[in-house]
Amino acid sequence: MGTQSRIQSLLAVPALAVKRTVQAGAALLIGTSIALAAGGGEPTVCTPKDVPHNDRHWGFQGIFGHYDKKAAFRGFEVFRGTCAACHSLKFFTFRNLADLDVPEDAIKGIAAEYEVMAEPNDDGEVLPRTAIPSDYFPSPFANEKAAASVNGGAVPPDLSLMVKARASFENHVPNILDGYMDAPEGCEVPEGKYYNAHYPGYIISMAPPLADDAIEYKDGTKATKEQMIKDVSEFLAYVAEPKLEERKSTGFKIVIFLLILTVLLYLTKKQVWRKLH
Amino acid sequence: MSNPEFSNPIVKWVDYRLPIFSMMHHELHEYPTPKNLNYFWNFGSLAGIVLGIMIVSGIVLAMNYTAHIDYAFDSVERIMRDVNFGWLIRYIHMNGASFFFIVVYIHMFRGLYYGSYKAPREILWILGVVIMLLMMATAFMGYVLPWGQMSFWGATVITNLFSALPIIGEYIVTWLWGGFGVDNPTLTRFFSLHYLLPFAIAGVVILHLAALHQHGSNNPLGIDIKKKGDTIPFHPYYTIKDLFGLGVFLTIFVAVIAYAPNYMGHPDNYIPANPLVTPSHIVPEWYFLPFYAILRAVPDKLFGVLAMFAAIAVLFVLPWLDRSPIRSAKFRPVYFIFFWLFLADCILLGYCGAMPAEPPWVLISQFATAYYFAHFLMILPVLGLYERPVDLPLSISGGSPDDDAPAAQAAE
Amino acid sequence: MPDTAHEANDSHGDVDEGRRDFLYMATGAMSAVGAAAAVWPFIDSMNPAADTLALSSIEVSLAPIAKGQSVTFKWRGKPVFVRRRTAAEISEARAVPMDDLIDPESDDERVKGGKDEWLVLVGVCTHLGCIPLGQKAGDAKGEYGGWFCPCHGSHYDTSGRIRKGPAPLNLPVPPYEFLSDMQIKIG
Repeated sequence: MGTQSRIQSLLAVPALAVKRTVQAGAALLIGTSIALAAGGGEPTVCTPKDVPHNDRHWGFQGIFGHYDKKAAFRGFEVFRGTCAACHSLKFFTFRNLADLDVPEDAIKGIAAEYEVMAEPNDDGEVLPRTAIPSDYFPSPFANEKAAASVNGGAVPPDLSLMVKARASFENHVPNILDGYMDAPEGCEVPEGKYYNAHYPGYIISMAPPLADDAIEYKDGTKATKEQMIKDVSEFLAYVAEPKLEERKSTGFKIVIFLLILTVLLYLTKKQVWRKLH
Repeated sequence: MSNPEFSNPIVKWVDYRLPIFSMMHHELHEYPTPKNLNYFWNFGSLAGIVLGIMIVSGIVLAMNYTAHIDYAFDSVERIMRDVNFGWLIRYIHMNGASFFFIVVYIHMFRGLYYGSYKAPREILWILGVVIMLLMMATAFMGYVLPWGQMSFWGATVITNLFSALPIIGEYIVTWLWGGFGVDNPTLTRFFSLHYLLPFAIAGVVILHLAALHQHGSNNPLGIDIKKKGDTIPFHPYYTIKDLFGLGVFLTIFVAVIAYAPNYMGHPDNYIPANPLVTPSHIVPEWYFLPFYAILRAVPDKLFGVLAMFAAIAVLFVLPWLDRSPIRSAKFRPVYFIFFWLFLADCILLGYCGAMPAEPPWVLISQFATAYYFAHFLMILPVLGLYERPVDLPLSISGGSPDDDAPAAQAAE
Repeated sequence: MPDTAHEANDSHGDVDEGRRDFLYMATGAMSAVGAAAAVWPFIDSMNPAADTLALSSIEVSLAPIAKGQSVTFKWRGKPVFVRRRTAAEISEARAVPMDDLIDPESDDERVKGGKDEWLVLVGVCTHLGCIPLGQKAGDAKGEYGGWFCPCHGSHYDTSGRIRKGPAPLNLPVPPYEFLSDMQIKIG
């Protein structure tokens, strides 16, 4: 291919230069916009000055990620002891505790501490009955309106998918729980609401839910606020994505299998194409 | 079409009545394929396979999905938690949609670079654009089905666009919705059509392949097949090459499903749809972002809609906009530059689509939109007239077209 | 393709061919395994899901059931009859000769050892699937004191066995076990 190579190479340099300029321009734009976005947009009087960043590490991240089952169960204890007063967990059922290595009898016992609505009886009445493992965790409120009326108009969101439903994923819940602080100078916090450095808009309707020793762990771990934050976050991460371990471990095996198969396919391709020479 | 002698009597019996075996033999063993195809030619078969994956995973999902606003979100969560391998099938379908668009966009850009849309492949190209349109409709409706916040609000924004049409706009929107807003009737009809359209896509794919086989594949040099030495049979050369490409694709696909299954999605769609709460940033899925940017770039509602549709319409007439007789950018040094500029512009448009409709993005979107149309409507026609191409080689396998070089010789 | 270069190095050719065949076989075998493994999740997804399996067995408390009383429970979408039989009902069932039965089965085959006052049956008529009467106090119990199916007139006795009518088989006994004296697990 001799004739066009010189012209091609002459034009290749300016063509490449154009390409690189566009790429650099795009990179500059991307950089600026990230800086803007991270700040949550325009700074206001309520923007916190010093936001403590707690870089927590989670065992379920990474290629071999898995849940700390003991921590997740402690997180369940935190949830049922504090959060469940206002927040529902509609996709969690007691039998899910088996994933956290809780023995069947213990699960039955835990379920039996709760009541759910039974099927209508012969007189057509809907009466409460003791929950069994196949039941879903009961909601503290009958419906959204009831939830709002008791919580100053704000509906405490269901927490089953909270870890997947926010841009900061598994760091959202711990950041909120950690984020309560004094409002900066000039920031007015309405009556009945609180200042939270990590909540979008900084004004949250939820009172700080955790304090040291708010609950007592069954396994005797000291229930410091940080411990409870870590545990309940682990639990909620599990509830949002119970199949994470299966996904990562199965996925790993399939990727390895496919890598080997792809290499074999490549060698086969090369072998087949050798016939052309 | 030659009729090879099959040894198996059952095969012979069937083939005499319905020549599927002869057809398969011809298409695989005899169909002449240029010997110089590069890996960008893998993406057509890859797209077909991804369509198959989407249909199979979709049908299985439909066995457990409930198309009703009170149950849709919960039924998807049930699939994720309780159905055996439901999480896997859901993630395959969800990420498969993104990968389908990645594969098809690369496939299309291959066409743009190598001039695969030029005569005699104009209808092949147009059928491809039809497939892309059907894919966009299918993906749009499919995204509504989980009934998350983005499902609902994305549907609301896009269906509302049709109200821009003068006189009939409001009636069209009410007709689309089956009511006075996106609600249950909208969801159920989107489910029905989402199930239907992939089979329409499959039909158009068959036409697309028929058009392809009429004149055969283009090749990186963009020159016609001139002699036997230019081609090799599809099987085993391209079957094994396609399988290898499939292996690479699947490895990446599975890695994404295993380790970043929600990366290309939006967290807001894990919040059940709430008609009374609008998300702070309504964003479509990434593959719609360039078109979304074009839509928002035009301040007028109607013209924005028209611009968005025009962006696709212009693709239909591309073979007549670019009149250069040279197909491949390899021999069109000026077009080469503009191709990369166009690709950069599309990426820029995509980025703009993800940004809020505020400065500086509005201005950048408008510039990028103008450039998009300028590429097709101004640059390409002019290039076709005035570009001086580089000399084309004589044939794919080198040497004069009159040589009847035996197929076994290398093209060095 | 015939090539003198290859023919001259025949031994090399053999090794190459052997290696090539092995490569093809390995690739083919691995692809087949992969394809089969890929199909399995789709097929398995049609098997009962975890929430369905969770309801596949129920635990029932027998404490509130008085002697002579029958209670109906829902199990796997079907009614299960649990009857606490009186001594008279038990001896009536035991006294029936096997030859008199349409579907011969002795009463003690249909109850748990030492717990013969408890009769657990799937309450679906073995004829065409209607739910027989006999659970409630005022219900018709048929000529044999057990259950009566109003659809086509099948009569079941105090052991739930078919005695008269078109049904071919006795009311089935579901798999169940006693967890304690007053608690059974069905399924």
